[in-house]
Amino acid sequence: MNLRYRHAMITLLLCCMLLMLPGCASTSKDRVLETTKSQVELRSFQTRAFDTTDREKMLRTIISTLQDLGFVIDKADSLIGLVSATKLDKYKLRITVTVRQRGNSQLLVRANAQYNLKAVEDPQPYQDFFSALEKGMFLTAHAVD
Amino acid sequence: MAGKLKTILVAVVVPSILISGFTGCAPGIPKDALKLSETSLQDRQMQTRRYDGSSEADILSASAEVLQDLGFNIDESETKLGLLVCSKERDATEAAQVAASIAFAFLAIATGSSSSSLPIDKKQQIRASLVVKPGGEDNPGSYFVRITFQRTVWNTENQVSKIEGIRDPKIYQEFFDKLSKSIFLEANEI
Repeated sequence: MNLRYRHAMITLLLCCMLLMLPGCASTSKDRVLETTKSQVELRSFQTRAFDTTDREKMLRTIISTLQDLGFVIDKADSLIGLVSATKLDKYKLRITVTVRQRGNSQLLVRANAQYNLKAVEDPQPYQDFFSALEKGMFLTAHAVD
Repeated sequence: MAGKLKTILVAVVVPSILISGFTGCAPGIPKDALKLSETSLQDRQMQTRRYDGSSEADILSASAEVLQDLGFNIDESETKLGLLVCSKERDATEAAQVAASIAFAFLAIATGSSSSSLPIDKKQQIRASLVVKPGGEDNPGSYFVRITFQRTVWNTENQVSKIEGIRDPKIYQEFFDKLSKSIFLEANEI
């Protein structure tokens, strides 16, 4: 067999193995604090302000909106203002929604979600969630700077 | 020699191209996952009943009682928001699947195939959240109870075989029949 041909084959083989390496440079532990978007960017599309101070009504509306969207509620806490829920529909979608006071006249609502094994870092699903919540609250969701 | 090298080459090249090409390309969240669907009003009606003349606390405790009757354990509760979360684990064997699996095993023996038996559903976890919501200005003095069920099913090889919300009207009807009896009130369908 041609020696040059063999060398070429082996070089190609090594190159292909190198292709697989980038994924090996980081360990799975690095994903504990990993995000693909910046903190500011994430907050901007995961957060909206509503012109109300009725925290309880907001939390109850979040719960009923999540039920409308097909979620089963996992946990709720009225003291710190949070609701977590899971949707199963051939996939697993988990969401946590928090509510906190902003100034004297507004509530800030923030949502974060994970789809199967990935964080949801696309603005559109959050936009969809907030427009469903707007309908439930009969209020407009304002973008927050 | 050349043949062997070729085999190794194929074994390494094809997966490496696949891996490098597909990293980060796992399918993302479906477009309608957080959108109100056309059936969401219908689902709400199926999953909700109105109860009059009782307090939120009484409805919650009657609900917990019914969930216990049905073998659920309560995992979480937040009475200030009218919430109960419960779950149970049960057998998931279905006669039709068992029959298919046996037929498959016979077929495998008959054809001399070495493939192992067909996995069948083995166990399931059923979860539900029940939420009591005051009727508000439109329905003073009444409360809406909404329950939603979902389940995860594992097969005999311990793989998840089903992951779904439960949308069977009969199940909801049966639950509310029991709840109505428990509250000693007539349930008013919304």
